[in-house]
Amino acid sequence: MIEIRNLSKRYGNFHALKEINLEIGKGTVFGFVGPNGAGKSTTMSILATLMLPTSGVAKVDGYDVTQYPKEVRKRIGYMPDFFGVYDQLKATEYLHFYGASYGIPRTEREQLIPQLLELVNLSDKADAYVDTLSRGMKQRLCLARCLVHDPEVLILDEPASGLDPRARIEMREILKELKLMGKTIIISSHILPELAEMVDEIGVIEHGEMIAQGKVADIQNRLRVKKVIHIRTLEREEELAAKLRDEPHVSSVLTDNTGVHVHYSGDDVQQSALLRQVISWEIPIVSFQEAQSNLEDVFLEITKGGARE
Amino acid sequence: MNWTRRLINPVINKEFRLRMRSPRSMMSVLFYVLALGVVAMGFIYLTLYLDQRSSQRFNAQASQMMFYVLSFAQLILIAFMAPALTAGVVSSEREKQTLSMLLTTQQSSTTIILSKLASALSFMALIVLATLPVYSIVFLYGGISPKQMVSVFLFYLFVMLLLGALGVMFSTLFKRTIIAVIVTYGTGLIIFLVTGLLYLFCMGIAQQNMYSSGQPAPGTYSWVGYLLGLNPAGAMVSLLNPTFSRDAFLMYGGSLNSEPPIQLWLEFVLVYSVVIVLALLIAIRNIRPVARRKRKKDGGPKAGQAAEQAQQEVGQAEQPSQS
Repeated sequence: MIEIRNLSKRYGNFHALKEINLEIGKGTVFGFVGPNGAGKSTTMSILATLMLPTSGVAKVDGYDVTQYPKEVRKRIGYMPDFFGVYDQLKATEYLHFYGASYGIPRTEREQLIPQLLELVNLSDKADAYVDTLSRGMKQRLCLARCLVHDPEVLILDEPASGLDPRARIEMREILKELKLMGKTIIISSHILPELAEMVDEIGVIEHGEMIAQGKVADIQNRLRVKKVIHIRTLEREEELAAKLRDEPHVSSVLTDNTGVHVHYSGDDVQQSALLRQVISWEIPIVSFQEAQSNLEDVFLEITKGGARE
Repeated sequence: MNWTRRLINPVINKEFRLRMRSPRSMMSVLFYVLALGVVAMGFIYLTLYLDQRSSQRFNAQASQMMFYVLSFAQLILIAFMAPALTAGVVSSEREKQTLSMLLTTQQSSTTIILSKLASALSFMALIVLATLPVYSIVFLYGGISPKQMVSVFLFYLFVMLLLGALGVMFSTLFKRTIIAVIVTYGTGLIIFLVTGLLYLFCMGIAQQNMYSSGQPAPGTYSWVGYLLGLNPAGAMVSLLNPTFSRDAFLMYGGSLNSEPPIQLWLEFVLVYSVVIVLALLIAIRNIRPVARRKRKKDGGPKAGQAAEQAQQEVGQAEQPSQS
């Protein structure tokens, strides 16, 4: 559905994107991950026909974004990371305006807009002026706006930024629904746990370069993220920590008031041996648990280099 | 309903709604009419009570004078109003971060630019029409024909179109509204003031040359007159007073029965029509990044142009991602 080949963008001497390659299949939810200023927004702007690449090709549904921008615009719904609304319009008028701008006739819009408002849970705000809506509502309204012309591809630049936890969950539910509808979605975020549940693939971008790309599990494996085992005991924590440090595959052991955290690089068989070993020491153990390594860990692992700068 | 759908595209519809819903618009109409009303009343007061030499009556001649005064006042008010209303139409959407979403819709660049200009023009036309009651005072005393009145109003419309097109162009060229407004006012100042001063200056030199050489210039007309045709005030006077064009071109000693090479207002309309079209073309070209159609390796974009474009795009896309 989306094809990016050797895409570069340069501003003077600053390389915002360096030879990016990317392919996203139909119906895939693709998480675009990277620190601020890494080039996520630039890539998305190019896909949304708002910016010309310096070199390289970007295609949506086979249409080159620079050669056939009008065809591309028909197929994408773009939500910028920062966006404004026309304050003096009501929510329905806002959607009518964009619907009309996509050439949807009024009679069709009359039916479509209540459905869209329902999808984003704003039915009760249909006649409210846009500037009276909360940030989360505006964000949802903007999402409804992206859907007005039923695009096949959604390009969502940080759709959850600046939202409180509740609004974030609502946004996530809507996105899940869109995924079920079979939309191809590109979503960027630097808040990773949000993406973890719903993305099929991720691409990690830093300093304009795609440094890792593929299925979430594959990336985790490839980067060999160390497991963290969390052990809680009734007493003798320090003794346990000291003994663990001598075990194989243990790289470090930390203790805090929640228990002992073991950074472990062994596989599952070795891990079960470790558990037997720990029990044999007869320290009263309450739990022995592998902490879920999530996207956030992957992200931190990958972008360590960038964070130091 | 059918004709409205044809005429009113979504962008113009939105612009109309937004403009008429802000209380500022109504206040603009109020203060504009008030300002012109003060000029009219002030003029009547001055004529009747301060000018001791006059017959202390307001006759047709005074009424004609008043029409001139009102027309000039209105022209100046338009010069102040048009840039303020048009120089922000694109850049303010950019500042409010609504432009990118508008640009990803199916609306063409031409539609967006022309609709925004049309919306601003109709609002200005509304304001100017709202001053008609003030003009009714003129008609009360006579001295002015409806035809003159109509031609002056059409002339206003053209001046608004000119300043509006320039405003919209600068609005697409500059990222910030305030800069676009200032540059538009600057350009307005050149059109309104510099052309007039230049005319006076050049005319002075021409006269000086004639006196020092002691004989009239070879032709009946001087090219200097063309300068006045670039000035809105000069063009407007030529509309009101048919002999003004001849006077502007005429050299001392020229034949009084001859026709001027061109009517000043006609020159004004012709020259600035070109400016309007160019300004709008630049605006349409600049609102979106436009790729050259696949005609590979025809020299490529010029280096300077590419750098300029890149800088513009930095402002457009990178700014938000950094903040």
